[in-house]
Amino acid sequence: MGFEKFLFYVFATITLVAAGMVITRRNPVHAVLYLVLAFISSAALWILLEAEFLGIVLVLVYVGAVMVLFLFVVMMLDVDIATLRAGFIRYLPIGALIAVVLALEIFLIVGPANFGLQQFPAPAPAAPGVSNTEELGLLLYTLYVYPFEIAAVILLVAIVAAIRLTLRRRSDTKYMDPAQQVRVKKGPDRIRIVKMPSERAAVPAVAASAAPQESTE
Amino acid sequence: MIELWNALPVVIQILIKIIAIVLPLLGMVAYYTLAERKVIGYIQVRIGPNRVGWRGSLQPIADAVKLMMKEIVIPTKADKVLFLLAPMIAIAPALAAWAVFPFDEGLVLADINAGLLYLLALTSLGVYGIIIAGWASNSKYALLGAMRSAAQIVAYEIAMGFALVGVLVAAGSLNLGAIVAAQEGNLLTWFWLPLLPLFGVYLISGIAETNRAPFDVAEGESEIVAGFHVEYSGMAFAVFFLAEYANMILISALSALLFMGGWLSPFPQAWIEGIAILGDGFHWLLLKTFFFMFVFLWLRATFPRYRYDQIMRLGWKVFIPITIVWILVVALAVLAELPPWWSA
Repeated sequence: MGFEKFLFYVFATITLVAAGMVITRRNPVHAVLYLVLAFISSAALWILLEAEFLGIVLVLVYVGAVMVLFLFVVMMLDVDIATLRAGFIRYLPIGALIAVVLALEIFLIVGPANFGLQQFPAPAPAAPGVSNTEELGLLLYTLYVYPFEIAAVILLVAIVAAIRLTLRRRSDTKYMDPAQQVRVKKGPDRIRIVKMPSERAAVPAVAASAAPQESTE
Repeated sequence: MIELWNALPVVIQILIKIIAIVLPLLGMVAYYTLAERKVIGYIQVRIGPNRVGWRGSLQPIADAVKLMMKEIVIPTKADKVLFLLAPMIAIAPALAAWAVFPFDEGLVLADINAGLLYLLALTSLGVYGIIIAGWASNSKYALLGAMRSAAQIVAYEIAMGFALVGVLVAAGSLNLGAIVAAQEGNLLTWFWLPLLPLFGVYLISGIAETNRAPFDVAEGESEIVAGFHVEYSGMAFAVFFLAEYANMILISALSALLFMGGWLSPFPQAWIEGIAILGDGFHWLLLKTFFFMFVFLWLRATFPRYRYDQIMRLGWKVFIPITIVWILVVALAVLAELPPWWSA
Protein backbone atom coordinates (compact mmCIF):
# COMPACT_ATOMS: atom_id res chain seq x y z
CA MET A 1 0.00 0.00 0.00
CA GLY A 2 2.83 2.34 0.87
CA PHE A 3 4.41 2.18 -2.56
CA GLU A 4 1.06 2.66 -4.27
CA LYS A 5 0.41 5.77 -2.20
CA PHE A 6 3.87 7.09 -3.05
CA LEU A 7 3.15 6.57 -6.78
CA PHE A 8 -0.19 8.32 -6.39
CA TYR A 9 1.43 11.39 -4.87
CA VAL A 10 4.15 11.45 -7.52
CA PHE A 11 1.67 11.34 -10.39
CA ALA A 12 -0.78 13.69 -8.67
CA THR A 13 1.98 16.27 -8.17
CA ILE A 14 3.08 15.97 -11.79
CA THR A 15 -0.53 16.36 -12.97
CA LEU A 16 -1.10 19.48 -10.88
CA VAL A 17 2.20 21.12 -11.76
CA ALA A 18 1.71 20.37 -15.44
CA ALA A 19 -1.86 21.68 -15.37
CA GLY A 20 -0.62 24.87 -13.70
CA MET A 21 2.04 25.24 -16.38
CA VAL A 22 -0.59 24.89 -19.12
CA ILE A 23 -2.26 28.13 -18.08
CA THR A 24 0.86 30.07 -17.10
CA ARG A 25 3.25 29.37 -19.99
CA ARG A 26 3.46 32.18 -22.51
CA ASN A 27 4.45 29.94 -25.38
CA PRO A 28 1.39 28.00 -26.63
CA VAL A 29 3.52 25.06 -27.81
CA HIS A 30 4.96 24.66 -24.34
CA ALA A 31 1.44 24.91 -22.89
CA VAL A 32 0.20 22.13 -25.17
CA LEU A 33 3.16 19.93 -24.25
CA TYR A 34 2.44 20.45 -20.56
CA LEU A 35 -1.16 19.47 -21.25
CA VAL A 36 0.14 16.26 -22.81
CA LEU A 37 2.15 15.63 -19.65
CA ALA A 38 -0.95 16.25 -17.54
CA PHE A 39 -2.90 13.74 -19.64
CA ILE A 40 -0.20 11.10 -19.34
CA SER A 41 0.10 11.44 -15.58
CA SER A 42 -3.68 11.36 -15.13
CA ALA A 43 -3.68 8.19 -17.25
CA ALA A 44 -1.18 6.80 -14.76
CA LEU A 45 -3.54 7.78 -11.92
CA TRP A 46 -6.40 5.93 -13.60
CA ILE A 47 -4.22 2.86 -13.99
CA LEU A 48 -3.49 3.07 -10.25
CA LEU A 49 -7.29 2.98 -9.77
CA GLU A 50 -7.34 -0.32 -11.74
CA ALA A 51 -9.04 1.41 -14.68
CA GLU A 52 -6.28 0.37 -17.08
CA PHE A 53 -8.56 0.45 -20.11
CA LEU A 54 -9.53 4.07 -19.49
CA GLY A 55 -5.95 5.03 -18.76
CA ILE A 56 -4.59 3.55 -21.96
CA VAL A 57 -7.45 4.91 -24.04
CA LEU A 58 -6.81 8.37 -22.58
CA VAL A 59 -3.24 8.16 -23.86
CA LEU A 60 -4.32 6.67 -27.17
CA VAL A 61 -7.12 9.11 -27.99
CA TYR A 62 -6.17 12.35 -26.28
CA VAL A 63 -2.40 12.20 -26.35
CA GLY A 64 -2.00 10.14 -29.51
CA ALA A 65 -4.54 11.91 -31.71
CA VAL A 66 -6.28 14.97 -30.27
CA MET A 67 -3.18 16.67 -28.89
CA VAL A 68 -1.23 15.92 -32.06
CA LEU A 69 -3.82 17.93 -33.98
CA PHE A 70 -3.68 20.64 -31.32
CA LEU A 71 0.09 20.88 -31.65
CA PHE A 72 -0.31 20.87 -35.40
CA VAL A 73 -2.45 24.01 -35.23
CA VAL A 74 -0.57 25.73 -32.42
CA MET A 75 2.80 25.25 -34.13
CA MET A 76 1.62 27.43 -36.96
CA LEU A 77 0.48 30.28 -34.73
CA ASP A 78 2.54 33.41 -34.81
CA VAL A 79 2.15 34.49 -31.20
CA ASP A 80 2.53 38.12 -30.37
CA ILE A 81 2.57 38.36 -26.58
CA ALA A 82 2.00 42.13 -26.55
CA THR A 83 -1.40 41.85 -28.26
CA LEU A 84 -2.27 38.85 -26.09
CA ARG A 85 -1.73 40.90 -22.96
CA ALA A 86 -3.36 44.06 -24.30
CA GLY A 87 -6.86 43.49 -22.90
CA PHE A 88 -5.73 41.88 -19.65
CA ILE A 89 -7.08 44.51 -17.26
CA ARG A 90 -10.27 45.00 -19.26
CA TYR A 91 -11.18 41.33 -19.18
CA LEU A 92 -9.94 40.69 -15.65
CA PRO A 93 -13.26 41.29 -13.81
CA ILE A 94 -15.36 39.02 -16.01
CA GLY A 95 -12.63 36.40 -16.12
CA ALA A 96 -12.31 36.45 -12.34
CA LEU A 97 -16.07 36.19 -11.96
CA ILE A 98 -16.26 33.13 -14.17
CA ALA A 99 -13.34 31.58 -12.34
CA VAL A 100 -14.98 32.10 -8.97
CA VAL A 101 -18.31 30.65 -10.16
CA LEU A 102 -16.53 27.63 -11.62
CA ALA A 103 -14.54 27.05 -8.44
CA LEU A 104 -17.72 27.31 -6.39
CA GLU A 105 -19.53 24.81 -8.58
CA ILE A 106 -16.67 22.35 -8.40
CA PHE A 107 -16.52 22.83 -4.64
CA LEU A 108 -20.24 22.08 -4.31
CA ILE A 109 -19.92 18.83 -6.22
CA VAL A 110 -16.61 17.43 -5.04
CA GLY A 111 -16.24 19.43 -1.83
CA PRO A 112 -15.66 17.75 1.51
CA ALA A 113 -19.41 17.12 1.92
CA ASN A 114 -19.54 14.77 -1.08
CA PHE A 115 -16.05 13.45 -1.12
CA GLY A 116 -13.74 11.32 0.91
CA LEU A 117 -13.62 7.86 2.40
CA GLN A 118 -16.31 8.69 5.04
CA GLN A 119 -19.00 9.14 2.39
CA PHE A 120 -17.79 6.51 -0.06
CA PRO A 121 -15.81 3.57 1.30
CA ALA A 122 -12.94 2.49 -0.96
CA PRO A 123 -14.08 -0.27 -3.34
CA ALA A 124 -12.49 -3.65 -2.83
CA PRO A 125 -9.59 -4.27 -5.24
CA ALA A 126 -10.66 -6.36 -8.22
CA ALA A 127 -9.73 -10.02 -8.37
CA PRO A 128 -6.60 -10.65 -10.48
CA GLY A 129 -8.51 -12.36 -13.30
CA VAL A 130 -11.02 -9.54 -13.85
CA SER A 131 -10.50 -7.63 -17.08
CA ASN A 132 -11.35 -3.98 -16.84
CA THR A 133 -11.91 -3.83 -20.59
CA GLU A 134 -14.45 -6.64 -20.55
CA GLU A 135 -16.37 -5.18 -17.59
CA LEU A 136 -16.58 -1.77 -19.25
CA GLY A 137 -17.65 -3.30 -22.55
CA LEU A 138 -20.38 -5.33 -20.89
CA LEU A 139 -21.76 -2.26 -19.16
CA LEU A 140 -21.49 -0.02 -22.23
CA TYR A 141 -23.30 -2.41 -24.53
CA THR A 142 -26.02 -3.54 -22.13
CA LEU A 143 -27.01 -1.12 -19.40
CA TYR A 144 -25.75 2.06 -21.04
CA VAL A 145 -26.30 1.23 -24.68
CA TYR A 146 -28.75 4.11 -25.30
CA PRO A 147 -26.62 6.88 -23.74
CA PHE A 148 -23.63 5.39 -25.56
CA GLU A 149 -25.35 5.43 -28.95
CA ILE A 150 -26.75 8.91 -28.35
CA ALA A 151 -23.28 10.20 -27.52
CA ALA A 152 -22.03 8.66 -30.76
CA VAL A 153 -24.81 10.32 -32.76
CA ILE A 154 -24.08 13.69 -31.15
CA LEU A 155 -20.44 13.36 -32.16
CA LEU A 156 -21.46 12.44 -35.69
CA VAL A 157 -23.70 15.51 -35.86
CA ALA A 158 -20.79 17.65 -34.67
CA ILE A 159 -18.55 16.21 -37.38
CA VAL A 160 -21.12 16.79 -40.11
CA ALA A 161 -21.77 20.33 -38.88
CA ALA A 162 -18.07 21.20 -38.73
CA ILE A 163 -17.50 19.88 -42.24
CA ARG A 164 -20.58 21.66 -43.58
CA LEU A 165 -19.51 24.96 -42.03
CA THR A 166 -15.98 24.89 -43.35
CA LEU A 167 -16.38 23.17 -46.68
CA ARG A 168 -16.56 25.56 -49.58
CA ARG A 169 -15.56 25.06 -53.13
CA ARG A 170 -13.95 28.00 -54.79
CA SER A 171 -14.76 28.13 -58.44
CA ASP A 172 -11.69 30.14 -59.38
CA THR A 173 -9.08 27.66 -58.18
CA LYS A 174 -8.08 24.52 -60.00
CA TYR A 175 -7.98 21.24 -58.14
CA MET A 176 -6.21 17.99 -58.78
CA ASP A 177 -8.23 14.92 -58.01
CA PRO A 178 -5.81 12.26 -56.75
CA ALA A 179 -8.50 9.61 -57.07
CA GLN A 180 -8.66 10.24 -60.81
CA GLN A 181 -4.92 10.56 -61.10
CA VAL A 182 -4.17 7.13 -59.67
CA ARG A 183 -6.66 5.61 -62.10
CA VAL A 184 -4.62 6.77 -65.10
CA LYS A 185 -3.57 3.90 -67.34
CA LYS A 186 -0.60 3.83 -69.63
CA GLY A 187 -2.65 3.03 -72.73
CA PRO A 188 -5.12 5.76 -73.60
CA ASP A 189 -4.38 8.27 -70.79
CA ARG A 190 -0.66 8.89 -70.61
CA ILE A 191 0.61 8.53 -74.15
CA ARG A 192 -1.10 8.69 -77.46
CA ILE A 193 0.57 7.24 -80.48
CA VAL A 194 0.04 9.43 -83.50
CA LYS A 195 0.37 7.70 -86.82
CA MET A 196 1.95 9.76 -89.51
CA PRO A 197 3.47 8.92 -92.84
CA SER A 198 7.20 9.12 -93.30
CA GLU A 199 8.40 12.32 -94.90
CA ARG A 200 11.13 13.39 -97.23
CA ALA A 201 13.64 16.12 -96.49
CA ALA A 202 12.25 18.37 -99.19
CA VAL A 203 8.52 18.09 -98.82
CA PRO A 204 5.84 19.43 -101.09
CA ALA A 205 4.04 22.55 -99.83
CA VAL A 206 0.74 20.76 -99.05
CA ALA A 207 2.31 18.02 -96.89
CA ALA A 208 4.48 20.52 -94.99
CA SER A 209 1.48 22.49 -93.83
CA ALA A 210 -0.52 19.37 -92.94
CA ALA A 211 2.12 17.40 -91.05
CA PRO A 212 2.80 19.71 -88.05
CA GLN A 213 -0.90 20.07 -87.45
CA GLU A 214 -1.32 16.36 -87.19
CA SER A 215 1.59 15.89 -84.79
CA THR A 216 0.38 18.51 -82.35
CA GLU A 217 -3.14 17.24 -82.18
CA MET B 1 20.55 -21.09 -10.44
CA ILE B 2 16.77 -20.68 -10.24
CA GLU B 3 17.02 -20.17 -6.48
CA LEU B 4 19.55 -17.41 -7.03
CA TRP B 5 17.19 -15.77 -9.54
CA ASN B 6 14.24 -16.00 -7.16
CA ALA B 7 16.32 -14.52 -4.35
CA LEU B 8 16.85 -11.30 -6.32
CA PRO B 9 14.50 -8.39 -5.61
CA VAL B 10 11.70 -8.00 -8.18
CA VAL B 11 13.05 -4.66 -9.36
CA ILE B 12 16.43 -6.23 -10.19
CA GLN B 13 14.71 -9.14 -11.95
CA ILE B 14 12.70 -6.73 -14.10
CA LEU B 15 15.81 -4.69 -14.82
CA ILE B 16 17.68 -7.78 -16.01
CA LYS B 17 14.74 -8.75 -18.21
CA ILE B 18 14.63 -5.26 -19.69
CA ILE B 19 18.33 -5.41 -20.50
CA ALA B 20 17.84 -8.86 -22.02
CA ILE B 21 15.22 -7.38 -24.36
CA VAL B 22 16.76 -4.01 -25.18
CA LEU B 23 20.38 -5.03 -25.80
CA PRO B 24 19.62 -7.60 -28.54
CA LEU B 25 17.11 -5.14 -29.96
CA LEU B 26 19.70 -2.37 -30.29
CA GLY B 27 22.12 -4.89 -31.80
CA MET B 28 19.45 -5.82 -34.30
CA VAL B 29 18.84 -2.14 -35.08
CA ALA B 30 22.54 -1.62 -35.75
CA TYR B 31 22.76 -4.57 -38.11
CA TYR B 32 19.40 -3.73 -39.69
CA THR B 33 20.99 -0.55 -41.04
CA LEU B 34 23.75 -2.64 -42.59
CA ALA B 35 21.20 -5.14 -43.92
CA GLU B 36 19.27 -2.26 -45.45
CA ARG B 37 22.30 -0.93 -47.31
CA LYS B 38 23.30 -4.41 -48.43
CA VAL B 39 19.82 -5.50 -49.54
CA ILE B 40 19.10 -2.27 -51.38
CA GLY B 41 22.59 -2.46 -52.84
CA TYR B 42 21.99 -5.92 -54.29
CA ILE B 43 18.52 -4.95 -55.52
CA GLN B 44 20.16 -2.07 -57.39
CA VAL B 45 23.03 -4.30 -58.61
CA ARG B 46 25.68 -2.79 -56.33
CA ILE B 47 27.56 -4.46 -53.48
CA GLY B 48 26.79 -1.97 -50.74
CA PRO B 49 29.26 -1.22 -47.92
CA ASN B 50 32.26 -3.58 -48.14
CA ARG B 51 35.26 -1.74 -46.66
CA VAL B 52 34.98 -2.04 -42.88
CA GLY B 53 35.54 -5.56 -41.63
CA TRP B 54 34.72 -8.72 -43.55
CA ARG B 55 32.39 -7.64 -46.40
CA GLY B 56 31.43 -4.52 -44.47
CA SER B 57 30.29 -6.41 -41.39
CA LEU B 58 31.73 -3.79 -39.01
CA GLN B 59 30.14 -0.87 -40.86
CA PRO B 60 27.42 -0.18 -38.22
CA ILE B 61 30.08 0.06 -35.51
CA ALA B 62 32.14 2.44 -37.60
CA ASP B 63 29.01 4.52 -38.19
CA ALA B 64 28.19 4.58 -34.50
CA VAL B 65 31.71 5.70 -33.56
CA LYS B 66 31.60 8.40 -36.21
CA LEU B 67 28.24 9.71 -35.01
CA MET B 68 29.36 9.71 -31.39
CA MET B 69 32.46 11.76 -32.22
CA LYS B 70 30.48 14.40 -34.09
CA GLU B 71 29.39 17.66 -32.56
CA ILE B 72 25.71 18.21 -31.77
CA VAL B 73 24.98 21.55 -33.37
CA ILE B 74 22.13 23.50 -31.79
CA PRO B 75 20.66 26.20 -34.05
CA THR B 76 20.81 29.73 -32.63
CA LYS B 77 17.13 30.37 -32.14
CA ALA B 78 16.15 26.79 -31.42
CA ASP B 79 14.21 25.86 -28.31
CA LYS B 80 17.18 24.20 -26.64
CA VAL B 81 15.38 21.98 -24.12
CA LEU B 82 12.80 20.67 -26.58
CA PHE B 83 15.45 20.34 -29.28
CA LEU B 84 17.41 17.92 -27.13
CA LEU B 85 14.31 16.27 -25.67
CA ALA B 86 12.80 15.39 -29.07
CA PRO B 87 15.10 12.45 -29.96
CA MET B 88 14.54 10.95 -26.51
CA ILE B 89 10.76 11.28 -26.91
CA ALA B 90 11.10 9.58 -30.27
CA ILE B 91 13.00 6.54 -29.01
CA ALA B 92 11.30 6.02 -25.63
CA PRO B 93 7.98 4.63 -26.96
CA ALA B 94 9.82 2.57 -29.58
CA LEU B 95 11.60 0.73 -26.76
CA ALA B 96 8.82 0.80 -24.14
CA ALA B 97 6.42 -0.94 -26.51
CA TRP B 98 8.45 -4.16 -26.18
CA ALA B 99 7.37 -4.47 -22.54
CA VAL B 100 4.18 -6.33 -23.46
CA PHE B 101 5.59 -8.24 -26.42
CA PRO B 102 5.49 -12.02 -25.90
CA PHE B 103 8.48 -13.79 -27.44
CA ASP B 104 7.22 -17.29 -26.76
CA GLU B 105 4.48 -19.01 -24.79
CA GLY B 106 4.53 -17.07 -21.48
CA LEU B 107 7.88 -15.40 -22.22
CA VAL B 108 6.89 -11.78 -21.73
CA LEU B 109 7.99 -8.93 -19.48
CA ALA B 110 4.51 -7.65 -18.56
CA ASP B 111 1.62 -9.96 -19.38
CA ILE B 112 -1.14 -7.35 -19.23
CA ASN B 113 -4.75 -7.78 -20.32
CA ALA B 114 -4.86 -4.73 -22.55
CA GLY B 115 -1.57 -5.48 -24.33
CA LEU B 116 -2.79 -4.57 -27.80
CA LEU B 117 -4.20 -1.24 -26.61
CA TYR B 118 -0.95 -0.47 -24.81
CA LEU B 119 0.97 -1.07 -28.03
CA LEU B 120 -1.38 1.11 -30.03
CA ALA B 121 -1.12 3.90 -27.45
CA LEU B 122 2.67 3.78 -27.40
CA THR B 123 3.12 3.67 -31.17
CA SER B 124 0.89 6.74 -31.35
CA LEU B 125 3.25 8.61 -29.02
CA GLY B 126 6.23 8.27 -31.38
CA VAL B 127 4.98 11.15 -33.50
CA TYR B 128 5.68 13.63 -30.69
CA GLY B 129 9.41 13.23 -31.16
CA ILE B 130 9.03 14.19 -34.81
CA ILE B 131 6.67 17.12 -34.23
CA ILE B 132 8.71 18.55 -31.37
CA ALA B 133 11.93 18.16 -33.34
CA GLY B 134 10.37 19.98 -36.28
CA TRP B 135 9.11 22.84 -34.20
CA ALA B 136 12.06 23.23 -31.84
CA SER B 137 14.60 23.39 -34.68
CA ASN B 138 13.18 26.76 -35.74
CA SER B 139 13.67 25.87 -39.38
CA LYS B 140 11.25 26.01 -42.30
CA TYR B 141 12.06 22.61 -43.66
CA ALA B 142 11.92 20.96 -40.27
CA LEU B 143 8.51 22.49 -39.57
CA LEU B 144 7.19 21.38 -42.96
CA GLY B 145 8.42 17.85 -42.31
CA ALA B 146 6.83 17.82 -38.87
CA MET B 147 3.48 18.97 -40.23
CA ARG B 148 3.45 16.39 -42.97
CA SER B 149 4.33 13.74 -40.46
CA ALA B 150 1.60 14.78 -38.02
CA ALA B 151 -1.12 14.71 -40.67
CA GLN B 152 0.09 11.40 -42.06
CA ILE B 153 0.36 9.65 -38.73
CA VAL B 154 -3.05 10.79 -37.54
CA ALA B 155 -4.59 9.51 -40.78
CA TYR B 156 -2.89 6.12 -40.76
CA GLU B 157 -3.28 5.55 -37.06
CA ILE B 158 -7.03 5.30 -37.52
CA ALA B 159 -6.68 2.69 -40.26
CA MET B 160 -4.13 0.83 -38.18
CA GLY B 161 -6.34 0.95 -35.09
CA PHE B 162 -9.30 -0.40 -37.06
CA ALA B 163 -7.14 -3.19 -38.49
CA LEU B 164 -6.22 -4.13 -34.93
CA VAL B 165 -9.90 -3.99 -33.94
CA GLY B 166 -10.41 -6.71 -36.54
CA VAL B 167 -7.67 -8.77 -34.91
CA LEU B 168 -9.20 -8.41 -31.48
CA VAL B 169 -12.67 -9.29 -32.77
CA ALA B 170 -11.16 -12.41 -34.34
CA ALA B 171 -9.15 -13.36 -31.26
CA GLY B 172 -11.66 -12.22 -28.65
CA SER B 173 -8.87 -10.81 -26.49
CA LEU B 174 -6.58 -7.83 -26.14
CA ASN B 175 -3.83 -9.96 -24.62
CA LEU B 176 -1.09 -10.65 -27.15
CA GLY B 177 -0.42 -14.16 -25.86
CA ALA B 178 -4.11 -15.00 -26.18
CA ILE B 179 -4.17 -13.59 -29.73
CA VAL B 180 -1.39 -15.96 -30.75
CA ALA B 181 -3.10 -18.84 -28.95
CA ALA B 182 -6.27 -18.12 -30.93
CA GLN B 183 -4.35 -18.79 -34.17
CA GLU B 184 -3.26 -22.28 -33.05
CA GLY B 185 -3.25 -24.83 -35.86
CA ASN B 186 -1.26 -24.47 -39.05
CA LEU B 187 -0.41 -21.93 -41.74
CA LEU B 188 -4.04 -21.68 -42.82
CA THR B 189 -5.53 -21.06 -39.38
CA TRP B 190 -3.45 -17.94 -38.81
CA PHE B 191 -5.30 -14.67 -39.02
CA TRP B 192 -3.65 -13.48 -42.24
CA LEU B 193 -6.15 -15.47 -44.28
CA PRO B 194 -9.52 -14.44 -42.79
CA LEU B 195 -8.22 -10.93 -42.13
CA LEU B 196 -6.36 -10.54 -45.42
CA PRO B 197 -7.58 -6.99 -46.21
CA LEU B 198 -6.86 -5.89 -42.65
CA PHE B 199 -3.44 -7.53 -42.84
CA GLY B 200 -2.63 -5.51 -45.95
CA VAL B 201 -3.94 -2.31 -44.41
CA TYR B 202 -1.98 -2.94 -41.23
CA LEU B 203 1.29 -3.58 -43.03
CA ILE B 204 0.99 -0.53 -45.27
CA SER B 205 -0.16 1.69 -42.39
CA GLY B 206 2.80 0.37 -40.42
CA ILE B 207 5.14 1.53 -43.15
CA ALA B 208 3.42 4.92 -43.17
CA GLU B 209 3.53 5.16 -39.35
CA THR B 210 7.27 4.55 -39.30
CA ASN B 211 7.78 7.20 -42.01
CA ARG B 212 9.48 4.75 -44.33
CA ALA B 213 9.66 4.88 -48.11
CA PRO B 214 7.38 5.12 -50.06
CA PHE B 215 5.64 7.15 -47.33
CA ASP B 216 8.68 9.12 -46.16
CA VAL B 217 7.36 12.57 -47.04
CA ALA B 218 8.35 13.75 -43.55
CA GLU B 219 11.96 13.43 -44.68
CA GLY B 220 11.43 13.98 -48.39
CA GLU B 221 15.04 14.89 -49.13
CA SER B 222 14.28 15.99 -52.67
CA GLU B 223 11.77 18.61 -51.48
CA ILE B 224 12.49 19.58 -47.87
CA VAL B 225 16.15 18.55 -47.48
CA ALA B 226 15.79 16.06 -44.62
CA GLY B 227 12.52 17.15 -43.11
CA PHE B 228 12.11 17.12 -39.36
CA HIS B 229 15.72 16.19 -38.53
CA VAL B 230 17.44 18.57 -40.90
CA GLU B 231 19.06 20.53 -38.03
CA TYR B 232 20.20 17.48 -36.08
CA SER B 233 23.71 16.13 -36.10
CA GLY B 234 25.84 13.61 -34.29
CA MET B 235 24.25 11.40 -31.67
CA ALA B 236 21.00 13.42 -31.60
CA PHE B 237 20.46 12.48 -35.23
CA ALA B 238 21.52 8.90 -34.55
CA VAL B 239 18.87 8.54 -31.86
CA PHE B 240 16.15 9.46 -34.40
CA PHE B 241 17.65 6.88 -36.69
CA LEU B 242 17.63 4.25 -33.95
CA ALA B 243 13.99 5.07 -33.14
CA GLU B 244 12.94 4.67 -36.76
CA TYR B 245 14.60 1.28 -37.09
CA ALA B 246 13.37 0.09 -33.70
CA ASN B 247 9.87 1.01 -34.83
CA MET B 248 10.31 -0.91 -38.07
CA ILE B 249 11.38 -3.99 -36.13
CA LEU B 250 8.41 -3.53 -33.80
CA ILE B 251 5.91 -3.30 -36.67
CA SER B 252 7.48 -6.36 -38.34
CA ALA B 253 7.36 -8.35 -35.11
CA LEU B 254 3.77 -7.28 -34.49
CA SER B 255 2.71 -8.29 -38.00
CA ALA B 256 4.26 -11.69 -37.32
CA LEU B 257 2.52 -11.91 -33.96
CA LEU B 258 -0.96 -10.69 -34.88
CA PHE B 259 -1.42 -12.09 -38.37
CA MET B 260 1.18 -14.81 -38.89
CA GLY B 261 0.79 -16.86 -35.73
CA GLY B 262 3.78 -15.53 -33.79
CA TRP B 263 5.84 -18.42 -32.50
CA LEU B 264 3.47 -21.06 -33.92
CA SER B 265 4.82 -23.52 -36.45
CA PRO B 266 3.30 -23.35 -39.95
CA PHE B 267 3.02 -27.14 -40.14
CA PRO B 268 0.12 -29.13 -38.67
CA GLN B 269 1.06 -31.04 -35.52
CA ALA B 270 0.67 -34.45 -37.22
CA TRP B 271 3.34 -33.79 -39.88
CA ILE B 272 6.18 -32.85 -37.59
CA GLU B 273 5.85 -35.43 -34.84
CA GLY B 274 9.24 -35.73 -33.16
CA ILE B 275 11.08 -33.02 -35.14
CA ALA B 276 11.60 -30.46 -32.39
CA ILE B 277 13.03 -27.74 -34.62
CA LEU B 278 9.88 -27.61 -36.74
CA GLY B 279 7.62 -27.30 -33.68
CA ASP B 280 6.41 -24.05 -32.13
CA GLY B 281 9.14 -21.81 -30.82
CA PHE B 282 10.85 -18.46 -30.73
CA HIS B 283 12.77 -19.23 -33.93
CA TRP B 284 9.54 -19.11 -35.97
CA LEU B 285 8.73 -15.66 -34.59
CA LEU B 286 12.25 -14.52 -35.45
CA LEU B 287 11.99 -15.92 -38.97
CA LYS B 288 8.63 -14.25 -39.61
CA THR B 289 9.91 -10.96 -38.18
CA PHE B 290 12.95 -11.12 -40.46
CA PHE B 291 10.67 -11.67 -43.41
CA PHE B 292 8.65 -8.53 -42.68
CA MET B 293 11.83 -6.57 -41.99
CA PHE B 294 13.01 -7.63 -45.44
CA VAL B 295 9.69 -6.50 -46.93
CA PHE B 296 10.31 -3.01 -45.50
CA LEU B 297 13.64 -2.81 -47.34
CA TRP B 298 12.24 -4.40 -50.47
CA LEU B 299 9.47 -1.80 -50.68
CA ARG B 300 11.92 1.03 -50.16
CA ALA B 301 14.09 -0.19 -52.99
CA THR B 302 11.10 -0.70 -55.28
CA PHE B 303 8.70 2.23 -55.05
CA PRO B 304 9.16 5.95 -55.63
CA ARG B 305 7.87 8.32 -52.96
CA TYR B 306 4.13 8.87 -52.79
CA ARG B 307 2.88 12.38 -53.27
CA TYR B 308 1.42 13.97 -50.14
CA ASP B 309 -2.19 14.33 -51.33
CA GLN B 310 -2.20 10.76 -52.62
CA ILE B 311 -1.02 9.54 -49.23
CA MET B 312 -3.93 11.34 -47.60
CA ARG B 313 -6.38 9.88 -50.11
CA LEU B 314 -5.08 6.35 -49.53
CA GLY B 315 -5.35 6.70 -45.77
CA TRP B 316 -8.73 8.37 -45.45
CA LYS B 317 -10.65 7.30 -48.53
CA VAL B 318 -9.34 3.79 -49.18
CA PHE B 319 -8.02 2.19 -46.01
CA ILE B 320 -10.58 3.39 -43.49
CA PRO B 321 -13.61 2.21 -45.52
CA ILE B 322 -11.91 -1.15 -46.19
CA THR B 323 -11.22 -1.71 -42.51
CA ILE B 324 -14.75 -0.71 -41.42
CA VAL B 325 -16.35 -3.10 -43.91
CA TRP B 326 -14.01 -5.95 -43.01
CA ILE B 327 -14.54 -5.54 -39.27
CA LEU B 328 -18.23 -6.15 -39.97
CA VAL B 329 -17.40 -9.20 -42.10
CA VAL B 330 -15.13 -10.61 -39.39
CA ALA B 331 -17.74 -10.00 -36.70
CA LEU B 332 -20.34 -11.89 -38.76
CA ALA B 333 -17.88 -14.71 -39.43
CA VAL B 334 -17.15 -15.01 -35.71
CA LEU B 335 -20.88 -15.09 -34.94
CA ALA B 336 -21.43 -17.72 -37.64
CA GLU B 337 -18.49 -19.71 -36.16
CA LEU B 338 -16.92 -20.03 -39.58
CA PRO B 339 -14.52 -23.01 -39.68
CA PRO B 340 -11.61 -23.53 -39.39
CA TRP B 341 -10.92 -20.30 -37.52
CA TRP B 342 -13.87 -19.90 -35.21
CA SER B 343 -15.41 -23.35 -35.07
CA ALA B 344 -16.35 -24.16 -31.51
